[in-house]
Amino acid sequence: MPHDHPHNKPMSDVELRVKALESILTEKELIDPEAIDLIVETYETKIGPRNGARVVAKAWSDPAYKDRLLSDATAAISELGFSGVQGEDMVVVENTETVHNIVVCTLCSCYPWPTLGLPPVWYKAAPYRAKVVKAPRGVLEEFGVSLPDDTEIRVWDSNAELRYLVLPRRPDGTDGMSEDQLTELVTRDAMIGTDVLAAH
Amino acid sequence: MNGIHDLGGMDGLGPINPTKEEPCFKDDWERRMFGLFVSCFAGGHYNVDEFRHAIERMGPAHYLETSYYEHWLASLETLLTEKGVLTQEELDARKKHIAMEDA
Repeated sequence: MPHDHPHNKPMSDVELRVKALESILTEKELIDPEAIDLIVETYETKIGPRNGARVVAKAWSDPAYKDRLLSDATAAISELGFSGVQGEDMVVVENTETVHNIVVCTLCSCYPWPTLGLPPVWYKAAPYRAKVVKAPRGVLEEFGVSLPDDTEIRVWDSNAELRYLVLPRRPDGTDGMSEDQLTELVTRDAMIGTDVLAAH
Repeated sequence: MNGIHDLGGMDGLGPINPTKEEPCFKDDWERRMFGLFVSCFAGGHYNVDEFRHAIERMGPAHYLETSYYEHWLASLETLLTEKGVLTQEELDARKKHIAMEDA
């Protein structure tokens, strides 16, 4: 029988359990492995933070769009085509000179897939979920971000029905840049709230 | 449900250790697990609330000691056996078979 992996070591228990699940469900014709390939490819290569960066760049460039984004994020994000699974209801929270926003899902890993793709490991793991609602400044320090003492920090706990996207502050030195150029500057972490964008 | 998953505000869980960049999936089994979740959800075998609840029903130590996609695996095994889609015996037998073929 052909094998699809090099013989380095025996399969782990978890690997065996996943293969067993896929094998039985395929045999029962309840799933199609080729559909799984396509789903995986979509989230590995097509859906990612670049989508959210486009939303941010447009909000920076177009004040009317920014107003729509802040008053009805779901609709405004849909205008750019980024809607659907795990992003059905969105709220965008704006960072300002006096307010910094940061997003978490304390109970699991709720995250806006259509705009940011799949969440990073640290977002889904226990330490971040536990600490950020209690000590956000300490968390930001772990990310190398330091904010003035008088900045208000707002922590938003996502849930099954509602997802958040942070609208980061537009960095200095970016006047006159096109939306495409601005898109390049927006990091995923800035849209979660664990990064601030440096002056250009 | 006031289970272990309700982590907000808990102390002593260690550093966050954020990485700037990492692959979407660490192992191939994680990739398949993600696809299995989406496929079975699309097939109507459970809704997302049931899926989360099955994770929340994991033993607390087990929850904290296992990785994210292992939670998803535990959830699907629980739900699909509870709903009679497949049995634990079928899963165990298939595991053995795959392990033997691989040896």
